[in-house]
Amino acid sequence: MTRKQRRGVLIGVCLAVLGVAVGLVLLALDDSIVFFYSPSDVAEKQIGPGQRFRLGGLVEEGTVKRGQGTFVEFAITDTAKSISVTYTGLLPDLFREGQGVITEGKLGSNGVFVADNVLAKHDENYMPPEVAESLKKQGVWRGNDKK
Amino acid sequence: MTQTEGLFNRLANPTRFMSIAAAILPWLTGVTVILFAVGLYLTFFVAPPDYQQGETVKIMFIHVPAAWLAMMGYSLIAVSSIGSLIWRHPLADVSAKTAAPIGAVFTFLALVTGSLWGKPMWGTYWVWDARLTSVLVLLFLYLGLIALWQSIEEPSRAGRAAAILALVGFVNVPIIKFSVDWWNTLHQPASVARLDGPAIHSSILTPLLVMAAAFTCLFFVLHLKAMTTEILRRRVEALRMTQVARAAAE
Repeated sequence: MTRKQRRGVLIGVCLAVLGVAVGLVLLALDDSIVFFYSPSDVAEKQIGPGQRFRLGGLVEEGTVKRGQGTFVEFAITDTAKSISVTYTGLLPDLFREGQGVITEGKLGSNGVFVADNVLAKHDENYMPPEVAESLKKQGVWRGNDKK
Repeated sequence: MTQTEGLFNRLANPTRFMSIAAAILPWLTGVTVILFAVGLYLTFFVAPPDYQQGETVKIMFIHVPAAWLAMMGYSLIAVSSIGSLIWRHPLADVSAKTAAPIGAVFTFLALVTGSLWGKPMWGTYWVWDARLTSVLVLLFLYLGLIALWQSIEEPSRAGRAAAILALVGFVNVPIIKFSVDWWNTLHQPASVARLDGPAIHSSILTPLLVMAAAFTCLFFVLHLKAMTTEILRRRVEALRMTQVARAAAE
């Protein structure tokens, strides 16, 4: 083996070990790297009232009720489970029924999530409005806003 | 020595590199200007608004190419670092050193445009999700590399130290790419580089790809120019050293 080959093997081995180490660390940290929990995660992890976390999912169809001022009530669903959310404040422009959102706050003792921050999540699909219209007409729409 | 290695060595000869770079640069600069003219025209006058985001989608034509180039720049540094660690080639050192500030600028641009895009769409300038955080780490890696080059005076030692840091930091590049698939994030998953084809309508995809080509050409124009400047700087330094040595001997 020449010196160059030896150096090459050494670098290769070091990078492989480093890659595996980082992979294992990330796998172990998985729970703290996820940005939000879905309603199913919340049920599974049994997060108690008063603990701050982010709840994400789709705004369930037909659940948005506006109250006095900027008060709004809606349900977040991951199609399996859903959780009611209350929020007072300005909503992002993309907020609507069927839209992906991430809310930040705490569960109340009555099981309702009291959010103090609502972020809109948009998906990876981009298209002009006309195309979106015709896709909806043809019934081949695969976006998450089903209107 | 194998034939490919011979070819590699011939191309990697600094003097030959200088003449090749001098021949390519004017053409590449011209192509860059044309691509930017076409790309910006498509961006502002042809590309339709998005069905959800409206005109805000135009930020994508800067944001996405900048982010791609940020990762490509780091990959280029990683490849150069392997060249510099295994073959100890000074040209690989020069390539790695000069790519760092350019990559850092593209990373900064991606972060700033992303932040400006995030406010109207997501409702926030910044969140600590896996994608945004890993790109911020990329910026710090770039800044660390620049600082390391600045802090060690002897170029070959600085080159070796920077190459090791660059290769260690390379694990971050796949993390950036797959962060949106491995964990749930506020940032949406990949739209263009995905297995089942782009999720962007062609009327928006075309300007994006033209802008990406323009950004890529701009990167290489800046990189080639910076490499020739660095080689000249090293020659001037070497001349100065021999002059000092000669003066000391007299």
